[in-house]
Amino acid sequence: MEATVQDVQQEIVDEFSAFDDWMDKYEYLIELGKSLPVIDEKNKQEDRLIKGCQSRVWLNTELRDGRLYFTADSDAIITKGIISLLIRVYNGRTPEEILAADNSFIDRIGLKENLSPTRANGLVSMMEQIREDALRYSKEQ
Amino acid sequence: MNAVIENIRAQFPYLESTARDGRPLVYMDSAATSQKPRSVISCMSSWLAEANANVHRAIYGLAAEATDHYEAGREAVRSLLNAASKDEIVLTSGTTASINLLANTFGAKYIKAGDEILVSEGEHHSNLVPWQMLCERSGARLRFIPVDGNGEWDLREAERILSEGMVRLVSAAHISNVLGIVNPVEDLVAMAHRHGAAVHLDGAQGIVHEEVDVRRIGCDFYSFSGHKLYAATGSGVLYGRKDLLETLPPWMGGGEMVDTVTFQKTTYAPVPLRFEAGTPNFISAATLKPAIDFVTSIRIPEVRSNEKEMTSYLISEMNAIDGLRLYGTGGRKCPLLSFTVDGAHHSDIATLLDKMNIAVRSGLMCSEPLIGKFGRTGMVRVSLGPYNTLEECEYLIKSLRRTVKMLR
Repeated sequence: MEATVQDVQQEIVDEFSAFDDWMDKYEYLIELGKSLPVIDEKNKQEDRLIKGCQSRVWLNTELRDGRLYFTADSDAIITKGIISLLIRVYNGRTPEEILAADNSFIDRIGLKENLSPTRANGLVSMMEQIREDALRYSKEQ
Repeated sequence: MNAVIENIRAQFPYLESTARDGRPLVYMDSAATSQKPRSVISCMSSWLAEANANVHRAIYGLAAEATDHYEAGREAVRSLLNAASKDEIVLTSGTTASINLLANTFGAKYIKAGDEILVSEGEHHSNLVPWQMLCERSGARLRFIPVDGNGEWDLREAERILSEGMVRLVSAAHISNVLGIVNPVEDLVAMAHRHGAAVHLDGAQGIVHEEVDVRRIGCDFYSFSGHKLYAATGSGVLYGRKDLLETLPPWMGGGEMVDTVTFQKTTYAPVPLRFEAGTPNFISAATLKPAIDFVTSIRIPEVRSNEKEMTSYLISEMNAIDGLRLYGTGGRKCPLLSFTVDGAHHSDIATLLDKMNIAVRSGLMCSEPLIGKFGRTGMVRVSLGPYNTLEECEYLIKSLRRTVKMLR
Protein backbone atom coordinates (compact mmCIF):
# COMPACT_ATOMS: atom_id res chain seq x y z
CA MET A 1 0.00 0.00 0.00
CA GLU A 2 1.23 3.47 -0.82
CA ALA A 3 2.59 5.51 2.09
CA THR A 4 0.24 8.29 3.13
CA VAL A 5 1.24 11.90 3.77
CA GLN A 6 1.18 11.10 7.50
CA ASP A 7 3.38 8.03 6.99
CA VAL A 8 6.07 10.01 5.21
CA GLN A 9 5.87 12.80 7.79
CA GLN A 10 6.29 10.25 10.59
CA GLU A 11 9.22 8.70 8.73
CA ILE A 12 10.94 12.10 8.67
CA VAL A 13 10.19 12.72 12.35
CA ASP A 14 11.75 9.34 13.17
CA GLU A 15 14.82 10.10 11.10
CA PHE A 16 15.37 13.38 12.89
CA SER A 17 14.84 11.89 16.33
CA ALA A 18 18.05 9.94 15.76
CA PHE A 19 20.11 13.12 15.94
CA ASP A 20 21.55 13.94 19.33
CA ASP A 21 22.14 17.63 18.85
CA TRP A 22 21.25 20.52 16.60
CA MET A 23 24.61 20.35 14.82
CA ASP A 24 23.93 16.92 13.38
CA LYS A 25 20.40 17.92 12.47
CA TYR A 26 21.50 21.00 10.61
CA GLU A 27 24.38 19.20 8.94
CA TYR A 28 21.83 16.72 7.62
CA LEU A 29 19.57 19.56 6.41
CA ILE A 30 22.49 21.23 4.68
CA GLU A 31 23.34 17.92 3.03
CA LEU A 32 19.73 17.53 1.88
CA GLY A 33 19.79 21.10 0.60
CA LYS A 34 22.94 20.48 -1.38
CA SER A 35 21.56 17.33 -2.98
CA LEU A 36 18.19 18.79 -4.01
CA PRO A 37 18.20 18.98 -7.82
CA VAL A 38 18.76 22.56 -8.79
CA ILE A 39 16.20 24.25 -11.01
CA ASP A 40 17.53 25.30 -14.36
CA GLU A 41 18.16 29.06 -14.35
CA LYS A 42 15.80 29.40 -17.32
CA ASN A 43 13.00 27.83 -15.29
CA LYS A 44 13.44 30.27 -12.43
CA GLN A 45 10.64 32.44 -13.70
CA GLU A 46 9.91 35.70 -11.97
CA ASP A 47 6.27 34.67 -11.50
CA ARG A 48 7.36 31.52 -9.65
CA LEU A 49 9.72 33.41 -7.37
CA ILE A 50 8.55 33.64 -3.80
CA LYS A 51 10.44 36.63 -2.57
CA GLY A 52 11.10 36.83 1.13
CA CYS A 53 12.98 39.21 3.36
CA GLN A 54 15.31 36.41 4.38
CA SER A 55 15.59 34.06 1.44
CA ARG A 56 14.20 33.53 -2.03
CA VAL A 57 12.35 30.41 -3.10
CA TRP A 58 11.35 29.24 -6.57
CA LEU A 59 8.56 26.72 -6.92
CA ASN A 60 7.25 25.03 -10.06
CA THR A 61 4.13 22.89 -9.84
CA GLU A 62 2.97 20.41 -12.47
CA LEU A 63 -0.18 18.33 -12.63
CA ARG A 64 0.19 14.87 -14.21
CA ASP A 65 -2.58 12.25 -14.07
CA GLY A 66 -4.33 14.06 -11.27
CA ARG A 67 -1.22 14.27 -9.11
CA LEU A 68 1.01 17.25 -8.33
CA TYR A 69 4.78 17.29 -8.85
CA PHE A 70 7.02 19.99 -7.47
CA THR A 71 10.44 21.28 -8.29
CA ALA A 72 11.87 23.98 -6.09
CA ASP A 73 15.02 25.86 -5.28
CA SER A 74 16.24 28.46 -2.83
CA ASP A 75 19.31 30.63 -2.47
CA ALA A 76 19.58 29.57 1.19
CA ILE A 77 20.80 26.04 1.77
CA ILE A 78 18.94 25.32 5.02
CA THR A 79 15.72 26.54 3.42
CA LYS A 80 16.49 24.22 0.53
CA GLY A 81 16.95 21.33 2.93
CA ILE A 82 13.53 21.95 4.43
CA ILE A 83 12.08 22.31 0.93
CA SER A 84 13.40 18.87 0.07
CA LEU A 85 11.51 17.48 3.07
CA LEU A 86 8.30 19.17 1.92
CA ILE A 87 8.76 17.82 -1.60
CA ARG A 88 9.36 14.35 -0.20
CA VAL A 89 6.04 14.59 1.63
CA TYR A 90 3.95 16.19 -1.12
CA ASN A 91 5.34 15.00 -4.44
CA GLY A 92 2.93 12.79 -6.38
CA ARG A 93 -0.02 13.55 -4.11
CA THR A 94 -3.47 14.55 -5.28
CA PRO A 95 -4.54 18.14 -4.65
CA GLU A 96 -7.08 16.84 -2.11
CA GLU A 97 -4.41 15.02 -0.13
CA ILE A 98 -2.31 18.16 0.01
CA LEU A 99 -5.21 20.34 1.09
CA ALA A 100 -6.07 17.91 3.86
CA ALA A 101 -2.50 17.72 5.23
CA ASP A 102 -0.92 19.80 7.97
CA ASN A 103 2.72 20.68 8.42
CA SER A 104 3.07 20.11 12.12
CA PHE A 105 5.86 17.62 11.42
CA ILE A 106 8.17 20.60 10.82
CA ASP A 107 7.49 21.60 14.41
CA ARG A 108 7.94 18.03 15.61
CA ILE A 109 11.42 17.81 14.11
CA GLY A 110 12.37 21.02 15.92
CA LEU A 111 12.52 23.37 12.97
CA LYS A 112 9.66 25.57 14.04
CA GLU A 113 11.77 28.72 14.20
CA ASN A 114 12.35 28.42 10.47
CA LEU A 115 8.63 28.85 10.02
CA SER A 116 8.18 31.97 12.07
CA PRO A 117 5.82 34.28 10.25
CA THR A 118 8.31 37.10 9.80
CA ARG A 119 7.65 39.35 6.88
CA ALA A 120 7.57 37.28 3.73
CA ASN A 121 9.38 34.26 5.10
CA GLY A 122 10.11 32.41 1.86
CA LEU A 123 9.43 28.99 3.33
CA VAL A 124 6.07 29.92 4.84
CA SER A 125 5.10 31.56 1.57
CA MET A 126 6.16 28.42 -0.27
CA MET A 127 3.86 26.24 1.82
CA GLU A 128 1.04 28.67 1.14
CA GLN A 129 1.88 28.50 -2.55
CA ILE A 130 1.76 24.69 -2.54
CA ARG A 131 -1.71 24.85 -0.98
CA GLU A 132 -2.83 27.54 -3.40
CA ASP A 133 -1.64 25.50 -6.36
CA ALA A 134 -3.39 22.43 -4.95
CA LEU A 135 -6.59 24.42 -4.51
CA ARG A 136 -6.40 25.78 -8.07
CA TYR A 137 -5.83 22.34 -9.58
CA SER A 138 -8.54 20.75 -7.45
CA LYS A 139 -11.01 23.24 -8.94
CA GLU A 140 -9.74 22.72 -12.50
CA GLN A 141 -10.20 18.97 -12.37
CA MET B 1 35.70 42.10 31.43
CA ASN B 2 36.20 45.38 33.23
CA ALA B 3 34.15 46.44 36.24
CA VAL B 4 32.29 49.21 34.40
CA ILE B 5 30.91 46.85 31.75
CA GLU B 6 30.17 44.26 34.40
CA ASN B 7 28.15 46.86 36.29
CA ILE B 8 26.22 47.75 33.12
CA ARG B 9 25.48 44.09 32.44
CA ALA B 10 24.16 43.71 35.97
CA GLN B 11 21.45 46.25 35.05
CA PHE B 12 20.07 44.11 32.20
CA PRO B 13 17.78 41.25 33.24
CA TYR B 14 17.70 39.80 29.69
CA LEU B 15 21.08 38.26 30.40
CA GLU B 16 19.46 36.00 32.99
CA SER B 17 16.09 35.44 31.38
CA THR B 18 17.44 34.36 27.98
CA ALA B 19 20.11 31.98 29.23
CA ARG B 20 20.25 28.56 27.60
CA ASP B 21 22.20 25.83 29.36
CA GLY B 22 23.37 28.42 31.84
CA ARG B 23 24.82 30.66 29.14
CA PRO B 24 23.24 34.04 28.47
CA LEU B 25 22.11 34.94 24.98
CA VAL B 26 24.73 36.87 23.04
CA TYR B 27 22.47 39.68 21.87
CA MET B 28 23.93 41.51 18.90
CA ASP B 29 20.85 43.08 17.33
CA SER B 30 20.70 46.31 19.30
CA ALA B 31 20.23 48.37 16.13
CA ALA B 32 16.83 46.67 15.75
CA THR B 33 15.91 47.25 19.36
CA SER B 34 17.93 47.65 22.53
CA GLN B 35 17.57 45.52 25.61
CA LYS B 36 16.06 47.30 28.61
CA PRO B 37 17.77 48.20 31.86
CA ARG B 38 16.05 47.32 35.11
CA SER B 39 15.32 51.02 35.81
CA VAL B 40 13.14 51.27 32.69
CA ILE B 41 11.35 48.01 33.40
CA SER B 42 10.62 48.87 37.02
CA CYS B 43 9.43 52.41 36.20
CA MET B 44 7.11 51.03 33.59
CA SER B 45 5.59 48.46 35.87
CA SER B 46 5.27 50.79 38.85
CA TRP B 47 3.65 53.53 36.76
CA LEU B 48 1.19 51.06 35.34
CA ALA B 49 0.35 50.02 38.87
CA GLU B 50 0.50 53.36 40.64
CA ALA B 51 0.32 56.29 38.23
CA ASN B 52 -2.07 55.23 35.51
CA ALA B 53 -4.48 57.97 34.45
CA ASN B 54 -4.94 59.68 31.11
CA VAL B 55 -2.59 62.62 30.62
CA HIS B 56 -3.35 66.29 29.87
CA ARG B 57 -7.05 65.88 30.60
CA ALA B 58 -8.38 65.38 34.08
CA ILE B 59 -7.98 67.44 37.21
CA TYR B 60 -7.59 64.77 39.91
CA GLY B 61 -4.27 64.04 41.55
CA LEU B 62 -3.49 60.76 39.85
CA ALA B 63 -3.96 62.34 36.41
CA ALA B 64 -1.62 65.15 37.39
CA GLU B 65 0.96 62.61 38.50
CA ALA B 66 0.70 60.69 35.23
CA THR B 67 1.01 63.95 33.29
CA ASP B 68 4.13 64.82 35.31
CA HIS B 69 5.76 61.51 34.34
CA TYR B 70 4.82 62.03 30.70
CA GLU B 71 6.18 65.56 30.69
CA ALA B 72 9.34 64.42 32.51
CA GLY B 73 9.94 62.13 29.53
CA ARG B 74 9.62 65.13 27.22
CA GLU B 75 11.98 67.22 29.35
CA ALA B 76 14.56 64.41 29.40
CA VAL B 77 14.47 64.38 25.59
CA ARG B 78 14.81 68.15 25.44
CA SER B 79 17.86 68.00 27.64
CA LEU B 80 19.40 65.07 25.70
CA LEU B 81 19.03 66.96 22.41
CA ASN B 82 19.91 70.34 23.95
CA ALA B 83 16.74 71.73 22.38
CA ALA B 84 15.84 75.30 23.31
CA SER B 85 12.37 74.46 24.59
CA LYS B 86 10.21 71.51 25.62
CA ASP B 87 7.68 72.76 23.08
CA GLU B 88 10.03 71.57 20.34
CA ILE B 89 9.65 67.93 21.42
CA VAL B 90 6.69 66.11 19.86
CA LEU B 91 6.17 62.68 21.41
CA THR B 92 5.24 60.02 18.85
CA SER B 93 5.19 56.23 18.72
CA GLY B 94 8.59 55.95 17.04
CA THR B 95 10.80 57.18 14.21
CA THR B 96 8.45 55.92 11.52
CA ALA B 97 5.53 57.81 13.06
CA SER B 98 7.69 60.92 13.41
CA ILE B 99 8.66 60.88 9.74
CA ASN B 100 5.10 60.22 8.60
CA LEU B 101 3.96 63.11 10.80
CA LEU B 102 6.56 65.35 9.20
CA ALA B 103 5.70 64.22 5.67
CA ASN B 104 2.02 64.95 6.30
CA THR B 105 2.47 68.34 8.00
CA PHE B 106 5.57 69.87 6.42
CA GLY B 107 4.42 68.23 3.20
CA ALA B 108 0.96 69.81 3.37
CA LYS B 109 2.35 73.24 4.16
CA TYR B 110 5.49 73.53 2.07
CA ILE B 111 5.62 70.88 -0.68
CA LYS B 112 3.87 71.40 -4.00
CA ALA B 113 4.09 69.98 -7.51
CA GLY B 114 7.54 70.45 -9.01
CA ASP B 115 9.30 70.78 -5.64
CA GLU B 116 12.00 68.32 -4.68
CA ILE B 117 12.80 66.28 -1.59
CA LEU B 118 16.37 65.08 -1.20
CA VAL B 119 17.18 61.84 0.63
CA SER B 120 20.27 59.63 0.47
CA GLU B 121 20.54 56.21 -1.15
CA GLY B 122 21.29 54.79 2.28
CA GLU B 123 17.91 55.38 3.90
CA HIS B 124 15.84 52.96 5.93
CA HIS B 125 12.45 52.36 4.27
CA SER B 126 10.91 54.55 7.00
CA ASN B 127 12.82 57.53 5.67
CA LEU B 128 12.01 56.72 2.06
CA VAL B 129 8.46 55.42 1.72
CA PRO B 130 6.73 58.39 3.47
CA TRP B 131 8.51 60.73 1.02
CA GLN B 132 7.56 58.58 -1.96
CA MET B 133 3.96 58.75 -0.73
CA LEU B 134 4.20 62.51 -0.35
CA CYS B 135 5.62 62.83 -3.86
CA GLU B 136 2.74 60.80 -5.21
CA ARG B 137 0.21 63.02 -3.43
CA SER B 138 1.80 66.33 -4.25
CA GLY B 139 3.54 65.88 -7.59
CA ALA B 140 6.90 66.60 -5.99
CA ARG B 141 10.01 64.69 -7.00
CA LEU B 142 12.41 62.60 -4.93
CA ARG B 143 16.16 63.07 -5.48
CA PHE B 144 19.03 61.05 -4.04
CA ILE B 145 22.43 61.75 -2.52
CA PRO B 146 24.58 58.95 -3.97
CA VAL B 147 26.31 56.55 -1.57
CA ASP B 148 29.72 55.39 -2.81
CA GLY B 149 31.28 51.92 -2.60
CA ASN B 150 32.61 52.64 0.89
CA GLY B 151 29.18 53.73 2.06
CA GLU B 152 29.95 57.44 2.14
CA TRP B 153 27.76 60.26 0.81
CA ASP B 154 28.74 62.08 -2.34
CA LEU B 155 28.28 65.60 -0.96
CA ARG B 156 29.42 67.23 -4.20
CA GLU B 157 26.48 65.65 -5.97
CA ALA B 158 24.23 66.75 -3.09
CA GLU B 159 25.45 70.32 -3.57
CA ARG B 160 24.84 70.09 -7.30
CA ILE B 161 21.25 68.92 -6.77
CA LEU B 162 20.63 71.58 -4.12
CA SER B 163 22.01 74.29 -6.36
CA GLU B 164 19.27 73.59 -8.90
CA GLY B 165 17.08 75.34 -6.33
CA MET B 166 14.07 73.02 -6.24
CA VAL B 167 14.83 71.07 -3.05
CA ARG B 168 12.56 72.16 -0.17
CA LEU B 169 13.47 69.46 2.32
CA VAL B 170 16.47 67.21 2.88
CA SER B 171 15.82 64.09 4.96
CA ALA B 172 18.75 61.82 5.71
CA ALA B 173 20.01 59.32 8.25
CA HIS B 174 22.45 60.49 10.90
CA ILE B 175 23.82 56.93 10.96
CA SER B 176 22.77 54.31 8.40
CA ASN B 177 21.17 51.21 9.93
CA VAL B 178 23.08 49.03 7.43
CA LEU B 179 26.44 50.73 7.09
CA GLY B 180 26.97 52.08 10.60
CA ILE B 181 28.79 55.15 9.31
CA VAL B 182 28.33 58.45 11.10
CA ASN B 183 27.31 60.70 8.23
CA PRO B 184 28.61 64.29 7.90
CA VAL B 185 25.28 65.78 8.91
CA GLU B 186 26.61 69.18 9.96
CA ASP B 187 28.09 69.71 6.49
CA LEU B 188 24.83 68.60 4.91
CA VAL B 189 22.75 70.92 7.10
CA ALA B 190 24.94 73.94 6.32
CA MET B 191 24.84 73.15 2.62
CA ALA B 192 21.05 72.65 2.54
CA HIS B 193 20.42 75.87 4.46
CA ARG B 194 22.62 77.82 2.03
CA HIS B 195 20.25 76.66 -0.68
CA GLY B 196 17.09 77.40 1.29
CA ALA B 197 16.09 73.82 2.10
CA ALA B 198 15.00 72.60 5.55
CA VAL B 199 16.69 69.51 7.01
CA HIS B 200 15.30 66.51 8.87
CA LEU B 201 17.67 63.93 10.29
CA ASP B 202 16.60 60.34 10.92
CA GLY B 203 18.33 59.75 14.22
CA ALA B 204 17.06 56.22 14.93
CA GLN B 205 20.67 54.99 15.09
CA GLY B 206 22.39 58.34 15.54
CA ILE B 207 20.85 59.16 18.91
CA VAL B 208 22.17 55.88 20.31
CA HIS B 209 25.79 56.38 19.36
CA GLU B 210 26.34 60.13 19.09
CA GLU B 211 25.98 63.05 21.44
CA VAL B 212 23.34 64.98 19.56
CA ASP B 213 23.08 68.72 20.03
CA VAL B 214 20.38 69.88 17.62
CA ARG B 215 21.44 73.51 17.95
CA ARG B 216 25.05 72.73 17.12
CA ILE B 217 24.08 70.48 14.21
CA GLY B 218 21.59 73.13 13.15
CA CYS B 219 18.99 70.73 11.78
CA ASP B 220 15.34 71.79 11.64
CA PHE B 221 13.95 68.37 12.58
CA TYR B 222 15.40 65.28 14.25
CA SER B 223 13.53 62.06 14.92
CA PHE B 224 14.26 58.88 16.84
CA SER B 225 12.65 55.90 18.56
CA GLY B 226 12.68 55.30 22.29
CA HIS B 227 12.96 51.53 22.01
CA LYS B 228 16.40 51.64 20.39
CA LEU B 229 17.50 53.96 23.20
CA TYR B 230 16.65 51.58 26.09
CA ALA B 231 13.11 52.98 26.59
CA ALA B 232 9.92 50.98 26.11
CA THR B 233 8.52 50.29 22.65
CA GLY B 234 5.93 52.71 21.36
CA SER B 235 7.83 55.82 22.38
CA GLY B 236 9.36 58.16 19.87
CA VAL B 237 10.32 61.72 19.20
CA LEU B 238 10.08 64.36 16.55
CA TYR B 239 12.16 67.39 17.43
CA GLY B 240 11.24 70.46 15.42
CA ARG B 241 12.56 74.03 15.60
CA LYS B 242 9.76 75.88 17.35
CA ASP B 243 9.26 78.71 14.87
CA LEU B 244 9.01 76.19 12.05
CA LEU B 245 6.92 73.67 14.00
CA GLU B 246 4.42 76.42 14.78
CA THR B 247 3.76 77.01 11.09
CA LEU B 248 2.74 73.38 10.49
CA PRO B 249 -0.89 72.26 10.38
CA PRO B 250 -2.07 69.31 12.46
CA TRP B 251 -2.22 65.89 10.83
CA MET B 252 -4.36 63.57 12.91
CA GLY B 253 -7.38 65.06 14.63
CA GLY B 254 -8.99 64.26 17.95
CA GLY B 255 -8.13 64.09 21.63
CA GLU B 256 -6.22 66.89 23.29
CA MET B 257 -4.79 68.41 20.12
CA VAL B 258 -7.47 71.11 20.12
CA ASP B 259 -8.00 74.58 21.49
CA THR B 260 -11.77 74.95 21.03
CA VAL B 261 -14.16 72.79 19.09
CA THR B 262 -17.59 73.74 17.82
CA PHE B 263 -19.79 71.75 15.47
CA GLN B 264 -18.50 73.89 12.63
CA LYS B 265 -14.89 74.56 13.38
CA THR B 266 -11.94 73.68 15.55
CA THR B 267 -8.96 75.74 16.56
CA TYR B 268 -5.89 73.81 17.49
CA ALA B 269 -3.70 73.53 20.55
CA PRO B 270 -0.24 75.06 20.46
CA VAL B 271 2.79 72.89 19.66
CA PRO B 272 3.68 70.21 20.60
CA LEU B 273 0.24 68.97 21.74
CA ARG B 274 -1.24 69.93 18.36
CA PHE B 275 0.58 66.90 16.96
CA GLU B 276 -0.31 64.49 19.76
CA ALA B 277 -3.85 63.46 18.83
CA GLY B 278 -5.57 60.77 20.85
CA THR B 279 -4.30 59.19 24.04
CA PRO B 280 -0.55 59.06 23.70
CA ASN B 281 1.44 56.02 24.78
CA PHE B 282 2.12 57.89 27.99
CA ILE B 283 3.58 55.02 29.99
CA SER B 284 6.17 54.26 27.29
CA ALA B 285 6.89 57.94 26.75
CA ALA B 286 7.53 58.34 30.48
CA THR B 287 10.20 55.60 30.30
CA LEU B 288 12.24 57.99 28.15
CA LYS B 289 13.30 59.61 31.42
CA PRO B 290 14.95 56.56 33.08
CA ALA B 291 16.23 55.48 29.66
CA ILE B 292 17.92 58.82 29.06
CA ASP B 293 19.31 58.80 32.61
CA PHE B 294 20.86 55.44 31.72
CA VAL B 295 22.22 56.82 28.43
CA THR B 296 23.79 59.73 30.25
CA SER B 297 25.37 57.37 32.77
CA ILE B 298 27.08 55.29 30.07
CA ARG B 299 28.50 58.18 28.05
CA ILE B 300 31.87 57.61 29.67
CA PRO B 301 35.32 56.76 28.29
CA GLU B 302 35.24 53.14 29.53
CA VAL B 303 32.12 52.38 27.48
CA ARG B 304 33.45 54.21 24.43
CA SER B 305 36.75 52.34 24.57
CA ASN B 306 34.98 49.00 25.02
CA GLU B 307 32.90 49.73 21.90
CA LYS B 308 35.95 50.79 19.95
CA GLU B 309 37.91 47.75 21.01
CA MET B 310 35.07 45.37 20.07
CA THR B 311 34.50 47.09 16.72
CA SER B 312 38.13 47.04 15.64
CA TYR B 313 38.54 43.46 16.87
CA LEU B 314 35.51 42.36 14.81
CA ILE B 315 36.65 44.24 11.71
CA SER B 316 40.12 42.71 11.74
CA GLU B 317 38.86 39.18 12.55
CA MET B 318 36.11 39.36 9.93
CA ASN B 319 38.52 40.58 7.29
CA ALA B 320 40.57 37.44 7.98
CA ILE B 321 37.64 35.15 7.05
CA ASP B 322 37.93 34.01 3.47
CA GLY B 323 35.18 35.45 1.27
CA LEU B 324 33.74 37.70 3.96
CA ARG B 325 32.91 41.17 2.75
CA LEU B 326 32.17 44.11 5.04
CA TYR B 327 30.02 47.01 3.86
CA GLY B 328 30.42 50.62 4.90
CA THR B 329 34.15 50.67 5.41
CA GLY B 330 34.60 54.42 4.93
CA GLY B 331 34.17 57.13 7.53
CA ARG B 332 33.75 56.87 11.27
CA LYS B 333 31.97 53.67 12.32
CA CYS B 334 29.62 53.02 15.18
CA PRO B 335 29.62 49.44 16.53
CA LEU B 336 27.44 48.15 13.69
CA LEU B 337 28.83 45.86 11.01
CA SER B 338 27.04 44.38 7.99
CA PHE B 339 28.63 41.66 5.93
CA THR B 340 28.15 38.84 3.44
CA VAL B 341 30.18 35.67 3.03
CA ASP B 342 30.74 34.16 -0.42
CA GLY B 343 29.17 30.71 -0.62
CA ALA B 344 27.17 31.11 2.59
CA HIS B 345 23.71 32.63 2.55
CA HIS B 346 22.90 35.33 5.10
CA SER B 347 19.81 33.57 6.44
CA ASP B 348 21.72 30.30 6.86
CA ILE B 349 24.45 32.12 8.78
CA ALA B 350 21.90 33.77 11.08
CA THR B 351 20.06 30.46 11.58
CA LEU B 352 23.21 28.62 12.63
CA LEU B 353 24.41 31.47 14.84
CA ASP B 354 21.03 31.35 16.57
CA LYS B 355 21.67 27.67 17.28
CA MET B 356 24.87 28.82 18.99
CA ASN B 357 22.84 31.30 21.08
CA ILE B 358 23.86 34.42 19.17
CA ALA B 359 21.20 36.87 17.96
CA VAL B 360 22.13 38.78 14.80
CA ARG B 361 20.00 40.34 12.09
CA SER B 362 19.88 39.04 8.54
CA GLY B 363 18.04 39.95 5.38
CA LEU B 364 17.19 43.27 3.78
CA MET B 365 17.09 45.24 7.04
CA CYS B 366 14.33 47.51 5.72
CA SER B 367 16.86 48.95 3.28
CA GLU B 368 16.22 47.06 0.08
CA PRO B 369 17.43 49.76 -2.35
CA LEU B 370 20.76 50.19 -0.54
CA ILE B 371 21.42 46.46 -0.28
CA GLY B 372 20.46 46.09 -3.95
CA LYS B 373 22.95 48.81 -4.82
CA PHE B 374 25.67 46.62 -3.35
CA GLY B 375 24.37 43.79 -5.56
CA ARG B 376 23.03 41.73 -2.64
CA THR B 377 19.72 40.17 -1.67
CA GLY B 378 20.54 40.43 2.01
CA MET B 379 23.32 40.79 4.55
CA VAL B 380 24.11 39.76 8.10
CA ARG B 381 24.30 42.58 10.62
CA VAL B 382 26.03 42.57 13.98
CA SER B 383 25.13 45.59 16.12
CA LEU B 384 26.48 46.01 19.60
CA GLY B 385 25.19 47.68 22.74
CA PRO B 386 26.82 48.81 25.98
CA TYR B 387 26.13 45.36 27.46
CA ASN B 388 28.27 43.50 24.90
CA THR B 389 31.78 42.35 25.72
CA LEU B 390 34.97 41.46 23.91
CA GLU B 391 34.52 37.88 25.13
CA GLU B 392 31.17 37.76 23.33
CA CYS B 393 32.83 39.10 20.18
CA GLU B 394 35.45 36.36 20.39
CA TYR B 395 32.67 33.80 20.73
CA LEU B 396 30.90 35.33 17.72
CA ILE B 397 34.02 35.02 15.56
CA LYS B 398 34.60 31.42 16.64
CA SER B 399 30.95 30.58 15.91
CA LEU B 400 31.00 32.43 12.60
CA ARG B 401 34.03 30.44 11.46
CA ARG B 402 32.26 27.21 12.42
CA THR B 403 29.10 28.35 10.61
CA VAL B 404 30.92 29.19 7.40
CA LYS B 405 32.69 25.84 7.47
CA MET B 406 29.37 24.01 7.84
CA LEU B 407 27.75 25.88 4.96
CA ARG B 408 30.43 25.70 2.34
